[in-house]
Amino acid sequence: MILRGQAWTFGDDVDTDVIIPARYLNTFDPHELALHCMEDADPDFAKNVQPGDFIVAGKNFGCGSSREHAPIALKATGISGIIAVSFARIFFRNAMNTGLPIWESPEAACAIGKGDLVLVKGREGVIELPEKKETYQAAPLPEFIQQLISNGGLVNYVRKKLSRDTISE
Amino acid sequence: MGQTMVEKILARGAGREKLEPGEIINTPIDLCLGNDITAPVAINEFGKMGAEEVFDTRRVVLVPDHFTPCKDIAAAKQVQIMREFAREKRIENYFEIGRMGVEHALIPEKGLALPGDIIIGADSHTCTYGALGAFATGVGSTDLAAAMALGEVWFKVPSTIKFEYHGKLKPWVTGKDLILYTIGKIGVDGALYRAMEFGGPVISQLTLEGRLTMANMAIEAGAKCGYMEPDQKTLEYVSSRASREYTPVYSDQGAAYEDVHQIEVNELDPQIAFPHLPSNVRPVGEAGNISIDQVIIGSCTNGRLEDLREAARVLKKRQGHPSVRLIIIPATQEVYSRAISEGLMDIFISAGAAVSTPTCGPCLGGHMGILAPGEKALATTNRNFIGRMGDPQSQVYLSSPAVAAASAITGYITHPEEVVQ
Repeated sequence: MILRGQAWTFGDDVDTDVIIPARYLNTFDPHELALHCMEDADPDFAKNVQPGDFIVAGKNFGCGSSREHAPIALKATGISGIIAVSFARIFFRNAMNTGLPIWESPEAACAIGKGDLVLVKGREGVIELPEKKETYQAAPLPEFIQQLISNGGLVNYVRKKLSRDTISE
Repeated sequence: MGQTMVEKILARGAGREKLEPGEIINTPIDLCLGNDITAPVAINEFGKMGAEEVFDTRRVVLVPDHFTPCKDIAAAKQVQIMREFAREKRIENYFEIGRMGVEHALIPEKGLALPGDIIIGADSHTCTYGALGAFATGVGSTDLAAAMALGEVWFKVPSTIKFEYHGKLKPWVTGKDLILYTIGKIGVDGALYRAMEFGGPVISQLTLEGRLTMANMAIEAGAKCGYMEPDQKTLEYVSSRASREYTPVYSDQGAAYEDVHQIEVNELDPQIAFPHLPSNVRPVGEAGNISIDQVIIGSCTNGRLEDLREAARVLKKRQGHPSVRLIIIPATQEVYSRAISEGLMDIFISAGAAVSTPTCGPCLGGHMGILAPGEKALATTNRNFIGRMGDPQSQVYLSSPAVAAASAITGYITHPEEVVQ
């Protein structure tokens, strides 16, 4: 699976209040949330983002509140995923649980400029910048998380556990 | 090598002798919680998981505190989902309006978080209960749903950074100032994925309320949890409130810390976090002449009785500045009631404050004090991100209750000693 899109760049410490301001949290409808995604940082993002685009950011992406509405909103914008120097802890868990792809790669995050074309081999985490002829490798996900994903994510893992299905190792 | 309190609590949960940082474990939990923003999403996921009952009707806590009393129809629908779920699943700890509080102030007060506990909450400030010697951390809604269904959760064991505070605090310097100073020193990702252990003689002298304020803001340094080892004060606090067994856990002598910071507090002044990060901290004396439009005293960080007493000490027989809107929000019904019986409410109302029923309200820009473009607020809350309290062009400064009260009187960011001689 090769994901392809343009980069939208943001800085360090992008917090979940910026990703989806609390004033919109009286719903968890993904399409409603997507309309306001990132609006306090870049009012044009939600209007102009194209399916497949990437968000590229600095360190500590998704810091602050635990609201799962943040990855839900991001995913509903249709982006391929997020490449960042690092991710805040709760956001990382929430991205895994909501199926929002994220890649940790300080080198790629620093090399990618606004509007750059980005290609990512999703499973392998290989990030290619064809215009710059550069390739980067994202940090692999912990084995336990890979296992969780291959069991269909946390929702399916719990479903299997409750119905005493076999959970594959 | 010895182990830290958090490693020992998680090892016990996982049924292991010893754990190393970085290991992934599965452990039963003692408590899980959600609020009117996060619980409806969790309830939706709980349904998708095919779960029928919660793992234990006494160990799930649901508190409508963020947009309540409901600010609009959409918020009312969210609370409705939560209320109906609580009724259907016979959840004992659902706290209705009029009996509730801001969850992280309410849960310790009700004796629901105890030393040695493993607690998750779908709210980032769940780390507050570390002040009671619990391992407590924030998660998202799907994790809460899994915890409600299974009664267990997975964790990566964090490494621990120790912060030891030495010396004697100056007058008007509080737990809030200690934690703001610490976040200023290490940055908003300075403890990313780590546990923060707060210790040393200054912490021993700090009240439980001051400790709750500190642990509450561990997340603002990116930490998984922040905690104090339980001591006599902790055990006194919990013994009259607990309705189940608990076992305090302590860090071993010679526990392996990733890092140890020694912090001297003798010269520390009250601290202010400037927009737009909690780490953007300066002493109040270096704040410059910053005029403010609104002051908020309350929240899970600083809405407890001690906080209101501090504010009242400054506001007594004084008037709020005519151009400042002063909003005071007791964090729980009990705090509200005691503030009335102790005469604090009379002081606030005479000073020209608006006093509200418990709610998170303005802290997250929900309701009860939203800022217009260009406005500045000084708040005792925990975050000052862009747009946190309203319009993205507004600004939030963070401080202790005493500094907030003094500033409400003068109209600009002020050291309390300028007001109280």
